[in-house]
Amino acid sequence: MRPFFGLLAALIATPAMAAGEIWVTNEKDDTVSVIDVATLEVVRTIPTGERPRGITFSKNFDRLYICASDSDTVQVMDPNTGEILYELPSGEDPEQFVLHPNDKHLYIANEDDAITTVVDVDSRTVIAQINVGIEPEGMAVSPDGSIAITTSETTNMAHWIDTATQKLFANTLVDSRPRHAEFFKDGAELWVSSEIGGTLTVFDVETQAEKAKIEFEVRGMHPDRVQPVGFEIAGDGNTVFVALGPSNHIAVVDATTYEVEDYILVGRRVWHMDFNGDKSLLFTTNGVSGDVTVVDVARREAIKTIKVGRFPWGAAFRPAS
Amino acid sequence: MVRTVLAFVALCCAVVFARAEVAVPITYLRQEVPPPPVLSNLDPIPEDLGVAGATVGLADNLTTGGFLGHAYTLNISSVPEDGDLLEAARQALATTKLMVVDAPADALVAIADLPEAAGALLINVAAADAALRDEACRANVLHTVPSAAMRADAIVQFFVKRRWTDLAMIVGTHPSDAAFADALRASAQKFGLSIDAEKTWAFDADMRRNAAQEVPVFTQDLGDYDVLLVVDEINDFGRYIPFNTWLPRPVAGSEGVSPVAWSPVVEQWGAVQLQNRFEEAAGRKMAPKDYAAWAAVRAIGEAVTRTNQAEAGVLRGYLLSDRFELAGFKGRPLSFRTWNGQLRQPIPLVQPRALVALAPLEGFLHQNTELDTLGRDGPESRCTAF
Repeated sequence: MRPFFGLLAALIATPAMAAGEIWVTNEKDDTVSVIDVATLEVVRTIPTGERPRGITFSKNFDRLYICASDSDTVQVMDPNTGEILYELPSGEDPEQFVLHPNDKHLYIANEDDAITTVVDVDSRTVIAQINVGIEPEGMAVSPDGSIAITTSETTNMAHWIDTATQKLFANTLVDSRPRHAEFFKDGAELWVSSEIGGTLTVFDVETQAEKAKIEFEVRGMHPDRVQPVGFEIAGDGNTVFVALGPSNHIAVVDATTYEVEDYILVGRRVWHMDFNGDKSLLFTTNGVSGDVTVVDVARREAIKTIKVGRFPWGAAFRPAS
Repeated sequence: MVRTVLAFVALCCAVVFARAEVAVPITYLRQEVPPPPVLSNLDPIPEDLGVAGATVGLADNLTTGGFLGHAYTLNISSVPEDGDLLEAARQALATTKLMVVDAPADALVAIADLPEAAGALLINVAAADAALRDEACRANVLHTVPSAAMRADAIVQFFVKRRWTDLAMIVGTHPSDAAFADALRASAQKFGLSIDAEKTWAFDADMRRNAAQEVPVFTQDLGDYDVLLVVDEINDFGRYIPFNTWLPRPVAGSEGVSPVAWSPVVEQWGAVQLQNRFEEAAGRKMAPKDYAAWAAVRAIGEAVTRTNQAEAGVLRGYLLSDRFELAGFKGRPLSFRTWNGQLRQPIPLVQPRALVALAPLEGFLHQNTELDTLGRDGPESRCTAF
């Protein structure tokens, strides 16, 4: 969830908001698994294009966007019927994307092409393509919509895009193989995970200067295996959950002190995650074990494992209508 | 917010324009070695083997360099079999002290010992010889090609893990076969296995026609064993051994399950990205030497990126420091051993259609990093130049 939606959810949280679904892309099954948050069961499995990875909903949840990487397209699905309505021109090999707060511009990382493509989802046209580093993946947009970020895995940078001009205005180095980016604290901080570097870098957005670096240490696990990938911030706006890849743990980080407070054992090669509506539960995709771990956010404990398809990758929450 | 951003656009670009470019010229020096004759023409050896990997590494570096003001160039110097390699090396070293060397071990050492190579950074992408990591090591030479010992340890770990404890071995007559066989014998001893029977493959028959008759008879007197090691580093006869052995046993080594630095079947850990980039650029699949050359150029790039300098001594210092880490698409960061300059790296164990396992295998422990269970470890290394 973007901080924007988090804020929205916190403002109008009602018991009804807790109900809903977690939608999970299964990279090697070409499907989406839909998990009912109330029963914690898979209730639907929907076919998609080839190698679905990035997944996100439109602002009012009436459209689902899916990066069908090997089909070289972004598919737009009606989440009620599961029908693919149309496809967006995405550039080659779209891996991950982020929807601008204007609900109109999709920023897409084209992994094989070292390009970020900006698509207008209404006119279904490409409005800009921006040259970035090799293997772009992590995508984020600031809550006010002024800055978009692409991280590039082999170039090891966060590329800062001015969304008014669709041009790069800064490129900042991070540790090896950056994977995911998020704006926190109302857009004051940018966090970037580095998978091979094993770190999270925190940038001050105003100056693009590095502000903190977070390292992890999982007991009994060689540091090489502790590989931060996806991460999300909890409803308190201060607790960040970080997927640590093949170390099979989620780290819990205090966003004020940047201290790691806890490690939670989940499934194998934990990748991305999302919360339910009231953010009491966290759902993590575990690529190698092919399942989703449900974490009780308050107790910081895994409470259930749900079998999904092969190589679950992305996760996105959709409230009950 | 927008205003701040715009202000920053101005500021950042001023910085970018003010920054002087760092030129990073790299030479790829190759001694052309004619491929020995082999029985089958199924797998021709590409002419740009290694060079293509370096070229993809250069493209990766250039993209990063474009954002940082680092201008990389790659000059390919390919010396014919009867050409003067040392003269070519001298000429290249007069231009740049950064050199990727694709040549046999003795030629590499001769280059490293040139007065012009003092203070240079040479990266070996071809010679797997044990001596280069031991007494014949040179302070100005790093190795991205895994040693024969690393590959041997990788496959023997797999045997230990599978409890295939009794080994037999067939060894070809090419010099590189003798070297890999030595490494396998040492590895078997290191991990407590025994090679109970050994035979030399010295046939001159054409196995394409009669492998089914010859191989069962040839392997009949090896006795019983769990797995047959085939050492045929030039891909001459090995392909005719599997399924033709007297006993129904798996084959490993140069054939069957094979320890390699890289293979087209490596697809995890983001490797598909590199495979795709390579195939698009070279029009063929990426081979182990391409990987070593890619890693060499990328290692230089990573060091330039982080130090903002192109001086060989500075880069060598960074590469050998614990700050250096290369994302090499093998699941964990790669780094250089400080005692002999060898790039520590996982070794994929592959069959032609899939990855079988990735060494180091789980359970082989080490006080520093499990990667050092492969090849010469610090305490046993006889290299004193570092």
